[in-house]
Amino acid sequence: MRPNKLVGITGYGVYVPRFRIAAREIARVWTDGNGGVPVDAKSVAGPDEDTITMAIEAGRNALARAGISAEQLGAVWVGSESHPYAVKPSGTIVAEALGTGPWISAADWEFACKAGTEAWTAAMGLVGSGMASYALAIGADTAQGRPGDALEYTAASGAAALLVGPAEDALAVVEATCSHVDDTPDFFRRAEQAYPVHGSRFTGEPAYFTQIRSAAAHLLEQLGAKPGDYTYAVFHQPNARFPQAVGKQLGFSAQQLAPGLLAPKIGNTYSAAALLGLCAVLDVAQPGETIFVTSYGSGAGADAYALRVTDAIMERRKRAPLTAAYLARETFVDYAIYARWRGKIVLG
Amino acid sequence: MDLAKHWRQRAARYRLEGQRNRATGEVRFPPEPLVSDADAWEAFTFSGRGLVYSFSVVRQPPDGYESQVPYVVALIKLEEGPLITAQITDCDVTDVQIDMPVEATTRRLRDLGPEGLLLYAYKFRPRLS
Amino acid sequence: MQSVYIVGTGQTPVAEHWEHTATVLAWQALRGAFGTVAPERVGALYVANALGGALGTQSQLGAAIAATAGMRGVEAHVIEAGGASGGVALRQACLAVASGAHDLVAVVGVEKATDVLDGRLEAGLALGLDSDWEAVHGVTLTAQWAMLMRRYMHQYGYTAADFAPFPVNAHANGAANPNALYRFPINPQKVETATMVADPLGLLDCSTVADGAAALLVASEGFARELGTRRVRIAGSSVTTDALALGRRADPLWLEAAARSSAAALRSARLTHADVDVLELTDPHGIAAALALEANGFAERGTAVQLAREGSITPHGSTPLATGGGCKARGDTVGANGVYQVIELVRQLHGEAQAAQVPNARVALAQCLGGVGATAATHILVAE
Repeated sequence: MRPNKLVGITGYGVYVPRFRIAAREIARVWTDGNGGVPVDAKSVAGPDEDTITMAIEAGRNALARAGISAEQLGAVWVGSESHPYAVKPSGTIVAEALGTGPWISAADWEFACKAGTEAWTAAMGLVGSGMASYALAIGADTAQGRPGDALEYTAASGAAALLVGPAEDALAVVEATCSHVDDTPDFFRRAEQAYPVHGSRFTGEPAYFTQIRSAAAHLLEQLGAKPGDYTYAVFHQPNARFPQAVGKQLGFSAQQLAPGLLAPKIGNTYSAAALLGLCAVLDVAQPGETIFVTSYGSGAGADAYALRVTDAIMERRKRAPLTAAYLARETFVDYAIYARWRGKIVLG
Repeated sequence: MDLAKHWRQRAARYRLEGQRNRATGEVRFPPEPLVSDADAWEAFTFSGRGLVYSFSVVRQPPDGYESQVPYVVALIKLEEGPLITAQITDCDVTDVQIDMPVEATTRRLRDLGPEGLLLYAYKFRPRLS
Repeated sequence: MQSVYIVGTGQTPVAEHWEHTATVLAWQALRGAFGTVAPERVGALYVANALGGALGTQSQLGAAIAATAGMRGVEAHVIEAGGASGGVALRQACLAVASGAHDLVAVVGVEKATDVLDGRLEAGLALGLDSDWEAVHGVTLTAQWAMLMRRYMHQYGYTAADFAPFPVNAHANGAANPNALYRFPINPQKVETATMVADPLGLLDCSTVADGAAALLVASEGFARELGTRRVRIAGSSVTTDALALGRRADPLWLEAAARSSAAALRSARLTHADVDVLELTDPHGIAAALALEANGFAERGTAVQLAREGSITPHGSTPLATGGGCKARGDTVGANGVYQVIELVRQLHGEAQAAQVPNARVALAQCLGGVGATAATHILVAE
């Protein structure tokens, strides 16, 4: 899929909180330190942070790189599975904080971990159709894992924003995209429940791997391309192992994945995960290089994108903090502080 | 439920929007009600960069702030001139110093409860880069 | 304008008065002030109260106290100006008598702070800050003073321990005040190591808010002569204001309203600060006392702490302060502080302060502040 008018990313930005908890620290509490851990550490939102605050900073960074004013945006769309309000869009608060003015679309998106890329695809349509000059798609989450559950090791916090605009203005042109979706209930949360449930091994082959392989293979075929044609590959990264495994299955190499593989250090940032990996790649990519991105969202589906980096990247990259700057901020907390901040202590 | 009370300050609270005098260039924050000289002032968004003028650590909080204790409140001298009050975040309590360079960030200031609003506002943190 | 006199004083001890409402406390203080004067002779009642409405304990205290204290029907209302309420109420009394509107009026400052838990009290005190631009960020009144203290230390090169002479002096004097909340001396070494309340202010440099009521009878010369009791003349009276938010002050370390109020009161009394023998200032912390001393002209900027370290604020020093214990030892009764201050100065001018007596006290200055000096009320008292 591509719009009639080619579009691309004219600005990008990320936000990762400064706090981390080591996976070994979680294991200390629940398994007495036994067993392997799926990541080294995960990022933890501080007590005054949430999906909205992180989306605001990522959005500000994207605007800074794009060099446009917020009033030029036609949409601010925030994808998350941890929107602070159940009813009241994160988008309006983010739009107000960015100073977009009232003439804007500002709704929220939800599709588990691919809510951010859903917003990205829609932004491509909005801009490509000429309905808007620019649109901001943000994936942000303060993911929650049930205490003691396997997902608690990886459920992390982060945000990434892509400012979509015309290809001639882009630092990375989107050649094409495709979405693959079907009703696969590998992981979900009912409305009144605090924590999601996941299908354990069912979340692997029938869900994550099938969806990503389907979308990626389909896009490659449509473009007449091979994995080796791309400089970089970014996948949704719920842990360190899955993206490397699916990359290998598809025929991508470890070197293609390395710059965009952040999960070992920050865990699974859910709706931000694939986008954060993409932004980390944009931080180092050279003009002319190409990037293949495939996100995944439980429920389930995958979005695949093929991008080509332009000359504009060199100057724009510097206008906001690099992903590495956020990753370098690491303050480790223990399980008690983490539990207090993440609202896991029942107060009466 | 305190809806309008916070809503009316959202431009200032979310993005540090104050006022600039069209004629003299003087800038001020917080924005003041425009009475006799309404035309003289236009909206002005501050850069968010500033220095810590002074600070304290609150350990005996007012109602509603117990969950935040200990938190750092500060007077920040914005680079454009005005002196404003805000919390300092993303910084260990023992690392805050007078004259520390800081930058504004939008954070969740209050959770007004299960039937209340989430209040977002400026806080200041050590400069990222 | 006519001369104005204080012809009667009455107070309750500052304490946790669990058994009594604000109205009852006020009545107790007024009873003491009336002495032999019939309450019906009072033309107006000015009630100083900062927190009644804020803490949800009682509004319309003017009417409530008037009815309880034998003055039902009298002109009465509450004056709220944070910690300056007492002085502002006295100002209204002075204007009423000086203008000839009334021969005799009553002033009662009352505060009932212990009916609520600490968090509610802090929130109530924080209402005296800028609500939208300071209190919303979780700033407390103590934290405001603490920020000024840290800046003062930074600018003038002091440590927190240097401020100890203020609470030490307050407690030494409080021991001689039968109505004080705390009547024991404190160890200067303990001030520095005390638990932090709002860094760098520790427990021993922070006043305790408690309950109390203090009352004055304010009269014209004619009435004072008729009564024939001891009297003190109010020679000067001034109330001024400043912006609420510290960030909006020209210089946060300069209490402009305090300075202007003091200058105006002294000017109308045809006196200077050099004539003042004994002072009461808003002193919940050493920094508050220091900044007030400087704004009132008793010390150059940045030197008030040094002045205290040299012993100048003791009853035999050059600038006797907090002779009744101040906010720290007498107790902090917020809206009633301004009236307690005046009663202490009357005690000094009458020579009745015993161990805390300032020798030959003839001119006294009382100043109370709302918040961090957004309102300042100053009175000059002269012995007759």
